[in-house]
Amino acid sequence: MLTKRIIPCLDIKDGRTVKGVNFVSLRDAGDPVELAARYAQEGADELVFLDISASEEKRKTLAKMVRDVARAIDIPFTVGGGISAVDDVAILLDNGADKVSVNSSAVRRPELISELAQRFGTQCIVVAIDAKQLENEWVVHLVGGKLPTDRKLFEWAKEAVDRGAGELLFTSMDHDGTKQGFANAALKKLSETVSVPIIASGGAGDMTHFVDTFAHGNADAALAASVFHFKEIGIPDLKTYLRQHKIPVR
Amino acid sequence: MNVVIIDYGAGNIQSIRFALERLGATATLSHDAVEIKKATHVIFPGVGEASSAMEKLQATGLDTLIPTLTQPVLGICLGMQLMCNHSEEGNTKGLGVFNTDVVRFKTNLNVPHMGWNTVDGKEALFQGIPSNSHFYMVHSYYAKPNADVVGACTYAVPFAAALSKNNFYGTQFHPEKSGVVGATLLQNFLAL
Repeated sequence: MLTKRIIPCLDIKDGRTVKGVNFVSLRDAGDPVELAARYAQEGADELVFLDISASEEKRKTLAKMVRDVARAIDIPFTVGGGISAVDDVAILLDNGADKVSVNSSAVRRPELISELAQRFGTQCIVVAIDAKQLENEWVVHLVGGKLPTDRKLFEWAKEAVDRGAGELLFTSMDHDGTKQGFANAALKKLSETVSVPIIASGGAGDMTHFVDTFAHGNADAALAASVFHFKEIGIPDLKTYLRQHKIPVR
Repeated sequence: MNVVIIDYGAGNIQSIRFALERLGATATLSHDAVEIKKATHVIFPGVGEASSAMEKLQATGLDTLIPTLTQPVLGICLGMQLMCNHSEEGNTKGLGVFNTDVVRFKTNLNVPHMGWNTVDGKEALFQGIPSNSHFYMVHSYYAKPNADVVGACTYAVPFAAALSKNNFYGTQFHPEKSGVVGATLLQNFLAL
C-alpha cells in the first residue's frame, strides 16, 4: 500500500541550515548534510531544502550542498528557493537533487513550469504555493506571504498541474507558525481539484495534526520544520502514532 | 568489479553512482559500447519521457547493444520500462528483453504514483529483504505483470515492481533512493 510521507523541511542560507536546531548530539547543527542524514536515519520519507540565500555565490554553494547531501543520504529530496530558469534546475538535478520546487517565478511566468516539465519530466517538478484567505477567498501570495497576487489558489493549482507540475506543496500562510494544525478544508478541496500528490505545509504543532491532515485533508505528505528541528515531535514516535491511527506509513 | 552506468542523457545518474559509492563500489559512466561490454555489471537508468529516451538510445546504437549483453544488467525506473516490448508513452517500441508492455495508470488515484509502496519480492535481488518492504517510486506508466515478475506491487492495479529474466533485471522503484532495503537490493545485484 502506498504510504503517507513525512517531510522535514530545512531552510538553507549560504550552504548552512538556519534557525536554531535542537539536536544536541549533532557535531554541527548548522551542517545540512549531517542533519539530513539524521532525518533519513530516523525514518523521514523525503526532505525539502529551501534556499533563502541571496548572495552572488548562491548557485555554486547550493550545488555543492546538493551534491554533498545526495552523496550522504538514500531518500529522495527536493530543492527550492529562488529557482527561475531551466539552467538553475539542470545544475541541481545534475548534482543529485530528485526534485525541484518553484514558487514565485512560476507565478510571475507560468510558462516556466511547462518548460521544466518538458525538459526534465513532470515527476521532478514541484510547484509550491503560498496562500492565505482574504475575504473568504484563498489568494496566492509571494515573498513568504507578504505580497498578494491576483491569483486564486484553486485556479492556480489547476493551471500549474495542467502545465506539468508533478506535485503541489501548499502552505497556508494563515496556519504557518500557529501550531494549530494544517489547512485541511483547503487541502481537501485541492485534492479534489487536481490529481497529483499534495504536500500539506503550515500549522504542524502536535501529532494529532498529522493524523487530521491525512485523514481529513486528503494530504499525501505532510511537511514541517520547527516541530522536528526542536525535537517537539520525533519522527519514529510520529510514525508509530500514525500507524496506531490507521494511517499507512513506512 | 567494474560497474558501468549507461550514460545516455536521460537519468539521475549521480544518485545511483553515490548509492554504489556508499556500498564501496565505484562506477564508471559511459555510453561507449566497448566500455559497457567490458563491465562486470551494467546499470541502465532513466527518468523522463520514454520515446525521447528511446531516440537517444537509437542515436548511439545502445538499443541494439543492451539486449545482447551477457553480464548482469539492471534497468531502473524508465530503464526497466524501456527493456519491455512496448511503451504507451509516446507509442514507443522497447528493447524487447522483458515480454510485456508498459501502459499508463488509468485510475481515480493520483498520477504519478509517487512515494513509498510495499513490494512483495523474491529470488536473488530480494535476498535478505523482508517481504512487503517499502521502496520509493515515482512513475505514471507501469509494466503489466508477466512471468518475469520477481517484485509485485499494487497501485489501483497489480504491476511489475521488479522483473528478472536470464541476466537481465529491472526495478520500477529507485533502489538508490529506497533507504536500507534499496541498498541491500543493489548489494544483491552487485553480488550476482
